[in-house]
Amino acid sequence: MDWRIAFKQSRSWMLLFSLFLMIVFMISLTTGVLPVTLMDAFHTFSGQGTAQQELILYELRLPRMIIAMLIGAGLAVSGAVLQGLSRNSLADPGILGINAGAGLAVVAFIFFFQSANWGESPFILPLFAFTGAVTVALLIYLFSWKNGVTPTRLLLTGIGFNALCGALLMVLQLKMDPRDFQEATIWLTGSLWGTQWRYVLALVPWMIVLIPAVFIQAKSLNIMQLSDPLPGVLGLHTERKRRTLLVLSAALAGACVAVGGGISFLGLLAPHLARKLTGPNFYSLIPVSALIGAFLLLTADLIGKNLLAPADIPVGIVISVIGAPYLIYMLLTRTSQGLKT
Amino acid sequence: MQSITVLKRQTNKEVKVCVTFTVTLAALIVLTIVSIGIGAIWIPPSVVWDSIVSFDASNIHHQLIREVRIPRALTAVITGGALAAAGAIMQGMTRNPLADPSIIGITHGAGLAIAMALVFVATHTFWTLLLFAFGGAAVGAGLVILFSMIAKDRHSPVTLTLAGAALSTLFGALSTGLALYFQVAQDLSFWYAGGLAGSQWIDVWILVPVLVIGFILAMWISRPLTILTMGDEIATGLGQSAGKIRWIGFAAVVMLSGAAVAVAGVIGFIGLMVPHMVRSLIGVDYRLIMPLSILMGAALLVLSDIGARIVNIPFETPVGAITAILGVPFFLYLARRNGRDL
Repeated sequence: MDWRIAFKQSRSWMLLFSLFLMIVFMISLTTGVLPVTLMDAFHTFSGQGTAQQELILYELRLPRMIIAMLIGAGLAVSGAVLQGLSRNSLADPGILGINAGAGLAVVAFIFFFQSANWGESPFILPLFAFTGAVTVALLIYLFSWKNGVTPTRLLLTGIGFNALCGALLMVLQLKMDPRDFQEATIWLTGSLWGTQWRYVLALVPWMIVLIPAVFIQAKSLNIMQLSDPLPGVLGLHTERKRRTLLVLSAALAGACVAVGGGISFLGLLAPHLARKLTGPNFYSLIPVSALIGAFLLLTADLIGKNLLAPADIPVGIVISVIGAPYLIYMLLTRTSQGLKT
Repeated sequence: MQSITVLKRQTNKEVKVCVTFTVTLAALIVLTIVSIGIGAIWIPPSVVWDSIVSFDASNIHHQLIREVRIPRALTAVITGGALAAAGAIMQGMTRNPLADPSIIGITHGAGLAIAMALVFVATHTFWTLLLFAFGGAAVGAGLVILFSMIAKDRHSPVTLTLAGAALSTLFGALSTGLALYFQVAQDLSFWYAGGLAGSQWIDVWILVPVLVIGFILAMWISRPLTILTMGDEIATGLGQSAGKIRWIGFAAVVMLSGAAVAVAGVIGFIGLMVPHMVRSLIGVDYRLIMPLSILMGAALLVLSDIGARIVNIPFETPVGAITAILGVPFFLYLARRNGRDL
């Protein structure tokens, strides 16, 4: 059983990051514009809190934190898959245009169908974002097809589509009225805007279905890391697997982007860190990436909501600022195109 | 006999170069005249000509041409030339066929600087914006060139392209963050997409010296740049200092793309497409690539600006969107062609 061995090997890292996650969770739960002590939080959860504490914890903080963790995990897994597919540790749904595709679909929806009250549709927006992300992923795949798809072409085509979606977004955004514009911009920058329980409900099914679906493909991902004729020799239908995995990864990113906005870098950072810690086996890489992603995004949200309180810094910006020094370090020490760490 | 064949081939090549230059120049002139004529009111070329040779201050068309249309057309000409030259230098220096100021982080660097100017400088004049755009472009270009010099994996164009894309994302996030927090997001966006609408004579007067200096720098390094494209080792062997060429090239790129961004906002892909077309037409000698890139970039941007005004009359479409829609298929084609050997 491959995955059991992988789990055993990476057990300590998983425990460590679960611990980190719990610590940040508790800090995040107790800080904010209105502080609630840890004791109060316990009282509230056992049903003895004041009405105000209940409101703050149950209606404001908890859903937002759960969404942050779900999105963090989803984007991290999506990035891990993309890095495996392109055999390049710099791939990320943000850089490849998948986020932009989701963003374009959502902004187009806001632009054409509803202005003003577009935040009222938690189930329609993810659907649009999802469609946009998957469409762009398929287009990237289609356009990088030439007797098969090479990882390099996949990456470059993705960058091209990112630019195209960016241009179209610009056209749409400039035609919006200022209020819609502001909303759309905040959304594109990556702020957790849907911070109510119904958004949790909208997001959870995607995660429950898609992350395990990716996990059971881990073996194919492992084989794909070999250079090109080998996977076929080992009996893997490389192209078919690539398509499936690309769609899964785009679907994950699309669902996350729908609720969290355009968060870049997380899909790059989390899997890369995970690979450094646990090695290139996707059976351990996927769960550890998910944990690290959840931890990073929850931390970023904690920083974002406290640094300039009461103003919120969009979490996407915090992630970009954390991610950049790491990325620079990574680029300088990288030696080849492969997934070497 | 053999020498005659060589001679013939050389003459053929010279003829081809001459023809290419002439055709491009002619296209540029025709497009510029059309661009001056196009707008809310169509002004026929004869009137355009009259307004230049025998200006009549009481004629409203002449006024319009002098004060609005000509500066706009000239700004397009110069900006297009500057962007194409900057792209050619970047592609030569980094040996990356996909380098373009808008893809590898230079434009977004300038954009971030502009956001800072809008937020932190109380009375931002045109000049402060220009200075900030230069500074931002310099930081963006500096980072990219730094990468291509010290990254261990510097010979992979994919690394550089991705690094640039990541850098662009970071700069973009930061400028959006600033703009949102200080509520200048739509201002910034309009500036970003600004294009050439509202160009004035002052834009032209700023751009001309910048372009001239940038052009001189570019021509200065064009011969060593041709050698540099063969590889650092060969260049050093032939007595060229790769470091010095990079510094001069860096200065030229910063001036050219900084000025272009400051005046016209984010216009991508001109710097990507033009040098490629030029290379496929006249070969790899940068002494020829540089001037022809400038001419062709100018023509392409004037054409895009015409497109920006007529695709959705009476509204203007951001010219950056037009160049992206033209440029992305080109980029995808290059990615396909180079995918295997990149």
